[in-house]
Amino acid sequence: MSVAALTPQTYLNDQARWTPVEIAFWAATLLPYWLFPDYLSLASQIAITALFALSLDLILGYAGIVSLGHAAFFGLGAYTAGLVSKHIWGEPITGLIAGALVAGIVGYAASFIIARFRHLALIMITLGMGLLLTELANSMHWLTGGNDGLQGVKMWPIFNTFRFDLFGRTAYGYSLIVLFLVFLVARRIINSPFGLSLRGIRENALRMPALGAPSRAHIRTIYTISAVMAGIAGALLAQTTETVSLEVLGFQRSADVLVILILGGAGRLYGGLVGAIVFMVARDQFSGNTPQFWYFWIGTLLILVVMFLPNGILGGLAKLTSRWRRA
Amino acid sequence: MIGSLFGVLFDGFAYGMLLFLLSVGLSVTLGMMNFVNLAHCAFAMLGGYVAVTLMNGFGWPFFATLPFAFLAAALSSVVFERVLYRRLYRASDLDQVLLTIGIAFVSVAVAAYIYGTVQQPVQMPPYLRGSISMFGHSFGVYRLFLIGIALLITLLLVAALEYTRFGAKVRAAVDNQRMARGLGINVDGVFALTFALGSGLAGLGGALAIDIVGLDPAFAFTYLIYVLIVVSVGGLGSIGGSFVAATLIGISDVAGKYYVPQLGAFLMYLVMIVLLMWRPAGLFGRR
Repeated sequence: MSVAALTPQTYLNDQARWTPVEIAFWAATLLPYWLFPDYLSLASQIAITALFALSLDLILGYAGIVSLGHAAFFGLGAYTAGLVSKHIWGEPITGLIAGALVAGIVGYAASFIIARFRHLALIMITLGMGLLLTELANSMHWLTGGNDGLQGVKMWPIFNTFRFDLFGRTAYGYSLIVLFLVFLVARRIINSPFGLSLRGIRENALRMPALGAPSRAHIRTIYTISAVMAGIAGALLAQTTETVSLEVLGFQRSADVLVILILGGAGRLYGGLVGAIVFMVARDQFSGNTPQFWYFWIGTLLILVVMFLPNGILGGLAKLTSRWRRA
Repeated sequence: MIGSLFGVLFDGFAYGMLLFLLSVGLSVTLGMMNFVNLAHCAFAMLGGYVAVTLMNGFGWPFFATLPFAFLAAALSSVVFERVLYRRLYRASDLDQVLLTIGIAFVSVAVAAYIYGTVQQPVQMPPYLRGSISMFGHSFGVYRLFLIGIALLITLLLVAALEYTRFGAKVRAAVDNQRMARGLGINVDGVFALTFALGSGLAGLGGALAIDIVGLDPAFAFTYLIYVLIVVSVGGLGSIGGSFVAATLIGISDVAGKYYVPQLGAFLMYLVMIVLLMWRPAGLFGRR
């Protein structure tokens, strides 16, 4: 590589180029329609989880903000979309936008708090906000249905043509298209100078302002964007399953998405996507009627990943391929 | 209202003392090594299960099981510290969170595998049951006993920390780890011992908690949240801070659930967030 190639602009352009592997990955997402037509509901769940993990990746993987309560925004999106469909109308796209908006507004408000803290206080505040919302949703039984879940969500066909069917054909297509569109946005953000400065904040939050990048303002921006994306994921889940339970807000979901992202590889655009595929398929296959054992394996996996595979599956693969290329 | 207020204060204080026992070890070790140990309550749970097994399986008296609950938690924590934790002292918060959450997941699964997911039944000895009345109020004997033990342990801890050589080393390591190393203090050794002591106290707390909050595999996560709240509100590395925070949280939780049950734990989380926004390092924390 010549010296001239090392300017930020060329570096970013270089990163932003679509590789054949990427194109193959997205082409492969269409395969379930032919290969696993019985598992389209699961595929739709995977796409939604991948979207949620992608939203966490933006703040955790790129900006280095550890959050143990990201399900708060997922849940906000889910409840908003569910309530819109129950009380106003069942048109999916507007419901999706409403979910994104509400999650984004709350995320923007929360970002002023988030940007001020780091370390344990940050972990505790994100955890606390998640728990707070769960308690709130539980106590507002008249609105959310509390522990019984939100009943009566009915979706209209998308664009009045594609009806949500029992086999998840429409659900998967819908989730996949939304995932892809949001992914394009995330990809554009990451390959922009703004995305580069996020990585700078992750590496050294005190030094970035000295270089002229306002850390806190950047953190607020990316946190809001991430909340919007999590809200979209939640809204998708509410719309495709036509129900919302308290579990969408719970600590378990926040922990799961963290595991998914770490498993796939944080700080890589495809980390959350790969993690979601591996995690959800494994859970579908192994959890069965004994969920406790599932957590045994998840726990063991976490320990092993932290100890031996610090950059997740994708990090391990990248290491392997670079070694292979050098050899 | 006034009569119940006294009862709520008493129950809340007893509950707070329980939280203090569970959390004081985490506070000190977090203050010393900045290691975010989310598996702390897994050690507490271990203590609880050891006590239950000895009582129900071997017919031991309740008091005899307590030292073993302490020892089991302390010894197993040292093994984990030496094998896994020490590799991650310099790693990021995230790695520490993930490793210890993984351990907590495994502990929950193992407990569910061995004991099932039901609450463990325990029979307290007759002299700890019932209540006695003083000054026109009745007090649960077990809660009085719990408060007594917690106060005794607090006194012992404070005395050990203030007046012994080991305590001086611990304080030095919490204040400034690098300086302490520079002065020739074996910080790793001090830490391992403190870690064992803290986990042991958690194990003791787990055993003492059974009669009040019950014991099931979810314990490791349910009480982890309370413990983390106590630690972060009280401030890292501060025994006094943990004591005050545990009392506050205990009383506000019991009071909240008694007077406004429809809000559940909402109030407590709100109090925590507001307190942390006001003082990010906790009430008594310095960093």
